[in-house]
Amino acid sequence: MEVLARLMRELEDQLVVCMKCGMCQSVCPVFDQTGREADVTRGKLALLSGLMESIFDDPEGVYARLNKCLLCGSCAANCPSGVDVQEIFLKARAILTGFMGLPPTKRLVLRGMLANPSLFDRLTEWGARFQRIFSRPVNDIIGTSCARVMSPLLQDRHFRPLAPVPFHRQVPSVDRPAGASGRKVAVFTGCLIDKLFPNIAHSTLKVMDHCGVGVFLPENQGCCGIPALSSGDLDTFHKLLDHNLSLFEAGEFDRLVTACATCTATIHEIWPRMAAKRQREAAARLARRTMDINQFLTAEVNYSPPADAPEIPRRVTYHDPCHLKKSLKVFSAPRDLVQATPGCRLAEMAESDWCCGMGGSFNLQHYAISKQIGTKKAAQIMDTRADVLATGCPACMIQISDMLSQAGAAVAVRHPVELVAEALDP
Amino acid sequence: MIADKLVQEFKTVVGGENVWTDASDLHVYSYDAAVVDPVRPGLIVRPTTVEALGRTVRLCNDNGLPLTVRGAGTNLSGGTVPLPGGVVIVTNGLNTILEINEADMYAVVQPGVVTAKLAAAVEAKGLFYPPDPGSQAVSTIGGNVAENAGGLRGLKYGVTRDYVMGVSFFDVEGHLVKSGSRTVKCATGYNLTGLMVGSEGTLGVFSEIVLKLIPLPAHRRALMAVFDSLEKASETVAAIIADRIVPATLEFLDNFTIRAVEDFSKAGLPKEAAAMLLVELDGHPSQVEEDAARVESLCRAKGATSIRMAQDAAERDRVWAARRAALSALAQLKPTLVLEDATVPRSRIPDMVTAIQHIAERYDLTIGTFGHAGDGNLHPTILTDRRDRAEWERVEKAIDAIFDEALAMGGTLSGEHGTGIAKSRYLEKETSAGTILFSQRIKRAMDPNQILNPGKIIAVKE
Ligand SMILES: Cc1cc2nc3c(=O)[nH]c(=O)nc-3n(C[C@H](O)[C@H](O)[C@H](O)COP(=O)(O)OP(=O)(O)OC[C@H]3O[C@@H](n4cnc5c(N)ncnc54)[C@H](O)[C@@H]3O)c2cc1C
Ligand code: SF4
Ligand code: SF4
Repeated sequence: MEVLARLMRELEDQLVVCMKCGMCQSVCPVFDQTGREADVTRGKLALLSGLMESIFDDPEGVYARLNKCLLCGSCAANCPSGVDVQEIFLKARAILTGFMGLPPTKRLVLRGMLANPSLFDRLTEWGARFQRIFSRPVNDIIGTSCARVMSPLLQDRHFRPLAPVPFHRQVPSVDRPAGASGRKVAVFTGCLIDKLFPNIAHSTLKVMDHCGVGVFLPENQGCCGIPALSSGDLDTFHKLLDHNLSLFEAGEFDRLVTACATCTATIHEIWPRMAAKRQREAAARLARRTMDINQFLTAEVNYSPPADAPEIPRRVTYHDPCHLKKSLKVFSAPRDLVQATPGCRLAEMAESDWCCGMGGSFNLQHYAISKQIGTKKAAQIMDTRADVLATGCPACMIQISDMLSQAGAAVAVRHPVELVAEALDP
Repeated sequence: MIADKLVQEFKTVVGGENVWTDASDLHVYSYDAAVVDPVRPGLIVRPTTVEALGRTVRLCNDNGLPLTVRGAGTNLSGGTVPLPGGVVIVTNGLNTILEINEADMYAVVQPGVVTAKLAAAVEAKGLFYPPDPGSQAVSTIGGNVAENAGGLRGLKYGVTRDYVMGVSFFDVEGHLVKSGSRTVKCATGYNLTGLMVGSEGTLGVFSEIVLKLIPLPAHRRALMAVFDSLEKASETVAAIIADRIVPATLEFLDNFTIRAVEDFSKAGLPKEAAAMLLVELDGHPSQVEEDAARVESLCRAKGATSIRMAQDAAERDRVWAARRAALSALAQLKPTLVLEDATVPRSRIPDMVTAIQHIAERYDLTIGTFGHAGDGNLHPTILTDRRDRAEWERVEKAIDAIFDEALAMGGTLSGEHGTGIAKSRYLEKETSAGTILFSQRIKRAMDPNQILNPGKIIAVKE
């Protein structure tokens, strides 16, 4: 108890900032479903303070409640006191994981696979070859599958299948000089785009080409590290950071863009703060140059579609990924892109910035709550009578595809960049 | 420790998933938004039906367990800090709006309905529920009624009390008591509703509340005026009232708060200003416009250094953003924030603000003051760090001094935050020994075993 209290004291100055006003109850998607104080920020912070002050002794209980969190940042964005919730939660997870040890399954996945990008790539390719045997397509418009036989992991999920060939196999690397715009970007692909949504990456390259922007896409990219960090595995996170920093430090470019809201937010907000001392400077340097792709296209290169672009009449509704709207304050750029796309008309849904309930491993550990949150989102999407749901994060796309598919909706799920690219050559 | 067998009985009443006994769950119901010491309860119960709520109350009484009802736990006076080993009853599982009656203009709600959600549902029907505490995005109607919560619109529209037409509640033995009615007039029986409003969970547990609604004002207009002295701002308030204009809101920010807001939000506020008034008028468009013009010229006549009249919704938002940011801006300056709400007759505001400034100097503390100038309800906000023992002692002395000043000016300890445990020891100062005795007798008659949130409002006498 003493040891843990001492470790927790590292967080003291950040924890005392919370004034216990309780305003986070209005925005926390998990609390909205459960009504339990231990599920909302105020409660979680109180638990950490309790451990720090040795008021009670239940590290396992605290750890479990700390993990019942989407890390969506809704509470931080709304907190009147400016509590640095994300950083507290990530550090606390690391402290508690260090104190209690990483559970064996997570150890295998994170240390054995994620920390080693090429092994991780090989394993998921294997998975892609076998998934056809175990699953069957259920919704052609959305492109989801469900398990053929009862599976404890998949349950009744309608999941997006792994791509038959991941993006990095199709396009291992690119180094294209700046074109008409005089700009050159590094592209960080991100695991989900690479393995599930290669079309977003292809679209990214196509749109950059159209805008006369050069591209640096290094080979053998690693994960941004957020899965490791949210499991409290700092070692793996630092390893991945070393790997990625050395890859990108080698390139010449003026911005690093990603089409994944979570990767952008992680690189921009979290890398510099959670990096090991030796990495901090390089991470900060890269973070400053990192930008969401929607924002880059609207703010930095003034994207406009070609004059002869075909008009595909579509009603599009946009979901704000938490990591874009709440972490990075990006919300008009993706809408501008949708509206600039010939034929696309934007129809806003209710509560477009309410979390979709994915939260990475939250979805795996708390599928029932995740599904309740997502079901509400699906209904709000369907209320708009949109043909297309656009959103700037592949993680949201997985969750929303699952929810829409289970609701039997005929709504396609796309990244804004895919819509833009479709208008370039039909 | 509550025996397993008894825990099992609670589970039978509300369902196993709604009874929590883990150390972690108990810990997070030990506090509320007040700066007081936490107390660990012994059991948390979250009923999801009214019937289960009543049976839970009864079970507590039968077993001599003190109970504390909790809405959103945002009160600022320790009203939901439980008794050691007691039961906390969480009401957020009872959150249904049962009826919004447009013809008779009332709403019937369960106690756990969130204030802002009711306000939005009512507004969607062109009606209006005016009480708007700063916490309305999370606070519950049950908590609002039990605290007699106020808000920004108190001057023109009154406070929660003025909208409660009836309350149904469980007495300590779990009998359902009905008071009030759905009619504008009701002279049947004792006015139990009046007794229950502001009772802080010490006399009964609300199960259903009938609220009065009014038509939604058709038009609003906001303006902001800046002053180089407190007196000028205060004279302006007096002049507006004397002119028989009743703004919906009439808010005040002192220099310290203005500077904090400006540093925080860079909204372009004048950092040297001594005071700022924010005024909003609502009602019939022509009346609103006429009054707005009058208010503008009164501000000018009283020497406002600048006046900004909002021309559209976006500008109106910007005017109010400054007020909304006040608490955040102050909160970011120091770890601990003590939000007081001493209230004085409106005409004494400059005296009170000056007195607060002197208190801040005397005890070497940082205090920002903002609040509801229209109704004399100020929020002196003390910024401190509770870990600093020496400073905390000075904070406690400063709070005493603020109360003394307010009472000396004919004011009250609390305009809207309630008594709870934070202010119970000051109650006799404001009232009388007889008042305390009378209150204790009511309490004892209704709750002989001291089950219902004992120690709140009036201290428990052995
Ligand atoms: C940021 C902030 C701003 C605020 N602004 C204002 C403001 O402008 N005006 C204002 O008046 N207050 C304000 N408050 C104080 C607080 O929000 C109010 O007192 C509010 O009414 C409390 O509601 P709650 O649901 O959180 O109640 P809780 O804090 O949960 O409970 C308050 C009291 O009500 C009792 N209670 C709750 N439900 C029931 C029930 N069903 N039956 C019987 N008793 C019950 C509890 O036992 C307790 O004594 C503010 C607080 C914060 C943190
Ligand atoms: S909103 Fe912020 S300060 Fe208030 S309780 Fe939640 S985390 Fe704490
Ligand atoms: S990050 Fe999201 S899920 Fe986690 S506590 Fe904050 S609002 Fe709730």
